[in-house]
Amino acid sequence: MTAQQATQATQVAQATHTLAAATVGTPEVNLLIFAFFIIVTLVIAVRAAGTNRTTTDYYAGGRAFTGPQNGIAIGGDYLSAASFLGIAGLIALYGYDGFLYSIGFLVGWLLVLLLIAGPLRNTGRYTAADVLDFRLKAVPVRAAAAVSTLTVSLFYLLAQMAGAGGLVSLLLGVNGSVGQDITVVIVGLLMIFYVLVGGMKGTTWVQIVKATILTVGAAVTAFWVLARSGFNISALLHHAAASSPAGNAVLGPGLIYGANTVSKFDFISLAIALVLGTAGLPHVLMRLYTVPDAREARRSVIWTVWLVGLFYLFTLVLGYGAMWLVGGKQILAAPGRANAAVPLLAFKLGGTLLLGIVAAVAFATILAVVAGLTITASASFAHDVYAGVLRRGEADPDDEVRVARTTAVVIGAVAVIGGIFAKDIDVAFLVGLAFAVAASANLPSILYSLFWPRFTARGALWSIYGGLISSVVLIIFSPVVSGQVSPAGGAGASLISDPHINFAFFPLDNPGIVSIPLAFFLGWLGTVTDRRTADPARFARIQVRALTGIGAEHGSRG
Amino acid sequence: MSLTQSDAQSDPTRTQPGRGSVSGYEAVHISREFRTLRRRFGSFVVPATVLFLSWYFLYVIIAAFAPGFMRLHVLGEVNVGLCFGVLQFVSAFVITVAYRRWARRNLDPLSDRLRQRLEARRRR
Repeated sequence: MTAQQATQATQVAQATHTLAAATVGTPEVNLLIFAFFIIVTLVIAVRAAGTNRTTTDYYAGGRAFTGPQNGIAIGGDYLSAASFLGIAGLIALYGYDGFLYSIGFLVGWLLVLLLIAGPLRNTGRYTAADVLDFRLKAVPVRAAAAVSTLTVSLFYLLAQMAGAGGLVSLLLGVNGSVGQDITVVIVGLLMIFYVLVGGMKGTTWVQIVKATILTVGAAVTAFWVLARSGFNISALLHHAAASSPAGNAVLGPGLIYGANTVSKFDFISLAIALVLGTAGLPHVLMRLYTVPDAREARRSVIWTVWLVGLFYLFTLVLGYGAMWLVGGKQILAAPGRANAAVPLLAFKLGGTLLLGIVAAVAFATILAVVAGLTITASASFAHDVYAGVLRRGEADPDDEVRVARTTAVVIGAVAVIGGIFAKDIDVAFLVGLAFAVAASANLPSILYSLFWPRFTARGALWSIYGGLISSVVLIIFSPVVSGQVSPAGGAGASLISDPHINFAFFPLDNPGIVSIPLAFFLGWLGTVTDRRTADPARFARIQVRALTGIGAEHGSRG
Repeated sequence: MSLTQSDAQSDPTRTQPGRGSVSGYEAVHISREFRTLRRRFGSFVVPATVLFLSWYFLYVIIAAFAPGFMRLHVLGEVNVGLCFGVLQFVSAFVITVAYRRWARRNLDPLSDRLRQRLEARRRR
């Protein structure tokens, strides 16, 4: 049995070397499956458009989704290309350390479930800033929350757009910079269309479709890998380790983050950002408003936990499967590098057809997540900045939706331009940074607003701006941006690839370990040094509403 | 618990008229029933949050500083690290299921009762 598998493995390894690295599969087949998905989702968006009338329709899908529907859609928003391709790719190249990402991504949901989902749904209308406004009633706080929402969304959006170019060049055989740029433009146009026409309702249905095919696709591929190893996890790990240059090291932690004490602290910093970041992601928080009440919001998150958890278990199998069946050498040689591991694995297992399906799933993922982020950012601008700050809450709802639509177009354009420039950055990594910014800038003020009686507007401003500025500044002065010398030699691994330019005084890649505690501390400090005390009536109101739902915005079924 | 509380405090319908809606919330906030609700909410979510965060960071710290422990074999190539990692998934699922069951039994009925009373008062 094992001997047979070993010969099989060698045959696969030989085949691997003969396979051309540039593109795999038949671009025409991939294109056909892409086109099919795009047409289906466009039809969904257009059908949803007929029922988009009010601000609640545009921002919150009329609050008419059920918990399970919304839970799947949240999963769709959350399981970005970074998760599907990035994490499996990291596992395929570095083994266990890639798995560490997925654990943080999952465990972070418990925080959303236990502390955020119900109270947030009860106390806000459309955006996370609503909760702060409800508690503190201060225009500057709403502005600050909007700034941090927009920053996190743009960061995340860039990560997705950066992934799109490389992925499509792998899958469609679009080579060269111009071809990739055109792809990014097409992705941008499609996403603007979904958001403008479909609003939150259309976007949610796109997420549901995408999450379903993503999970089924991952399950089928993982099942296939397991079947190849005789449903024996130990055998799978054995083959994977045998075909990796790092050998048995891939089965334990340390290949990415184990080098020295600095890298170990970098790992802990990342772990903090991942577990606390989920509860601060604006596009996740905004989804909690698409259901009729807090109970359905809780149900949504429960569905998300199951979906995300199962998905990451599949990813573990896919990662080690790609390490075994494709091998690190070929993955690194492919355009898109780590992100190419799963598509290459699919090709190895199921040939052109499975590759086409996996490629379409990956493309759908990018489109859907980008659309979700765009609607979040446009809602935050229109609802928080335009209606809340510029019009002091007196905006005409029709104007608000018009502003949201215009913003969606602007954000789409920014994302396209950013995506063209940020093409070559590692996707999973950028997402890790977005989580750090989200956990620093958004989470402390939301938790304080809901649960701390003394919290004041000054504390909120200190916490939001302190967390936002410290996390972004630390990233700028980290090895991510400058000064890192590539282990392979040659150009550096930083954004500024010239290794002579070095202003990285902060040693860690991820700022979370400093910026998150700092934001919590500043929230406390800004409050206790505030001469004005908190209004106990407002705290009473937010707590009563958070836990009972009295006076909460109801959905059509509520 | 709060035996000293008067009925007026525990009954949100008895706020003085003309004090605005916010003070109505204040009356509820100090009512016995709401305090029970809040205590119950805290009695689950606080220990659960502390538990899952400690469990997660225990895992993270061991992965970073005791990789040798994670490499110990359990069964074939399956090592402690893999089991520990999968257990993080299992614990996430268990906490989710436990919270759902607990909230349905202990939180939702109390929260519903309070909301219905408040809504009835508002309609008057």
